[in-house]
Amino acid sequence: MGHPQLAKKFVANNERMKWHDKAIWFVRKKRDLAVHGLDEWEDLREIAKQIKTHTINKLDFYLEEFEKNAQQKGLHVHWAKDAEEHNEIVLKLLLNRGAKKLVKSKSMLTEECHLNPYLEKNGIKVIDTDLGERIVQLRNEPPSHIVLPAIHLKKEDVGKTFEKFLKTQKGNCDPTYLTRAARNHLRKKFLNADAALTGVNFGIAQTGGIVVCTNEGNADLGVSLAKLHIASMGIEKIIPRLEDLSIFTRLLARSATGQAITSYTSHFHAPIEHGEMHIIIVDNGRSNILQNEDFKQSLHCIRCGACINTCPVYRRSGGHSYGYTIPGPIGSTLGASKDLKANKTLPFACTLCASCSNVCPVKIDLHNQLYKHRQNVVKRGLLGTKKYAILKVATWVMKHPSLFDFSGKMARLIVPKLPRNILYSKVNIWGKKRELPKFPQKSFKELYKQREEKK
Amino acid sequence: MTSRESILNNIKKNIPSSTIELPQTNIAHAIYKDKNEKFKTSLASVGGNAVWLEDGNIDEFVRKNYSNLEIIVSTCKEITCTNRDANKPNTPHALENVDLAIIEAEFGVAENGAVWVKNSNNRHRALYFLATQLLIIVNKNNIVDTMHEAYERIEFNQAGYGTFISGPSKTADIEQSLVIGAHGPTSACVLFV
Repeated sequence: MGHPQLAKKFVANNERMKWHDKAIWFVRKKRDLAVHGLDEWEDLREIAKQIKTHTINKLDFYLEEFEKNAQQKGLHVHWAKDAEEHNEIVLKLLLNRGAKKLVKSKSMLTEECHLNPYLEKNGIKVIDTDLGERIVQLRNEPPSHIVLPAIHLKKEDVGKTFEKFLKTQKGNCDPTYLTRAARNHLRKKFLNADAALTGVNFGIAQTGGIVVCTNEGNADLGVSLAKLHIASMGIEKIIPRLEDLSIFTRLLARSATGQAITSYTSHFHAPIEHGEMHIIIVDNGRSNILQNEDFKQSLHCIRCGACINTCPVYRRSGGHSYGYTIPGPIGSTLGASKDLKANKTLPFACTLCASCSNVCPVKIDLHNQLYKHRQNVVKRGLLGTKKYAILKVATWVMKHPSLFDFSGKMARLIVPKLPRNILYSKVNIWGKKRELPKFPQKSFKELYKQREEKK
Repeated sequence: MTSRESILNNIKKNIPSSTIELPQTNIAHAIYKDKNEKFKTSLASVGGNAVWLEDGNIDEFVRKNYSNLEIIVSTCKEITCTNRDANKPNTPHALENVDLAIIEAEFGVAENGAVWVKNSNNRHRALYFLATQLLIIVNKNNIVDTMHEAYERIEFNQAGYGTFISGPSKTADIEQSLVIGAHGPTSACVLFV
């Protein structure tokens, strides 16, 4: 199913849609407050962009540098060319140590690799420990946002879920009460885990370590108790120097939630006592995006979610409408780059308002990318026949000025007289949930001519 | 061909030879007239609190403010009011019921209320996350303005672990309602001495 079909379900509940829009816009406003307080914000964005551009253009060098320095510190480095290999490496690491219970902190990469179902199939008990992720895991849903996984749910939904799985009081949906219940429930899981898996926010080539940012402390708690720490890292997470973090830590949380920094910004360059730390470097299609000048900037992404929060389409259609691991503008371009046919509707889930590009902390030209993906959809013949035919006719009409004038005149004359059931019939897909504006008496051309004559 | 080679080869094949230089990170940044005040408000905004201890008597401060707590541990040698040695247990799991952990941080960052914690004399890093409450001791002269100055003070030439801690753990995953105390400490006080 494409974005329009999936979005239909979400927008069917008008009240819920408006609530979602407002909830997400609240996060965007918090971001603005945090950003406007910093005079050097635009400088930070520019430097971040330069660091990322430099790094991506020397990615092979920095990955090898990272590996060398990590190994020197006693960390183990693995390479996975695709999701399958990544999952196999994780499973093997667990099985070789007799680990049966795994606690995970947030990692969109493992979502992308569908790690959880793979491990569960192989007898591993997997617990997502980020509160939002635990909520959606219990509900057997994917996250609907990369920073706020359960943002599509109301507290009543969470209350019901916890009633069922955590035996909380019936009807109690107080966020503090529910959070405490989850804390107690997950504390036991942390203490009993055999292994812990984290994502990676930044991999530092210079020092061979990784940085993980959380507010809940779940990543740290997991890996500081279990003897085995596995970190899954996409190849694009590399930064050259430790000092580069001075730029990125200032940008990340402000862009994500409007915080000056996350509660924990943890730098892992060693396992715990008698423990092991393994880093899996994953490609899974990323290195193919590098060859495309139009889209390679999408690999600069630091997964803050700012583009998602500002997107007028995301706010009204929800994260699940994208049908891709990462929703919103960044997910739409990454998804289209990865598999244009499967994700052909995503570049169109966009109004081309460019707000995403304006808030992106690393200045990815998101809206341009989506515009270019659209052209590729047409070039590859993936556009629906109805839409394609309409565009063909429109092109033909617009190429003939007198025909264009005539069509306009006719439309202004006829359309206002048409009854609603014809005007908003099934043929008019544009008219779903949309009202036509009032038609003017005269065209712009006619008005202009009139004005000139009056002079 | 190993996966390592195939990934690196594909990258080499796909990137143009680059001339884009790595930029300097030491840009002109915010400088706060009153760093203490900025630190205090930054930390308060994330649910923590900062206290300046005039007489330097930490033991007294702990007795006064945490008198009802049962298990208090510390990584600072000069503190005597503790009743367990955090480094003694062989597994971090033994620290599960710590009520208060008194730990040391190297410096604070005014712009975000974070402190840099990298204690080589702390055996179990789980202590920072298992304890219900955190009391973080920082030298009162060690506050920097922003993360730019912070990273000038940090290195990882050796293996190790270090973290910026900004307030207690928190979450807003349920309807954007901020709840202080997620998986880690439910309170965090930074004590400048």
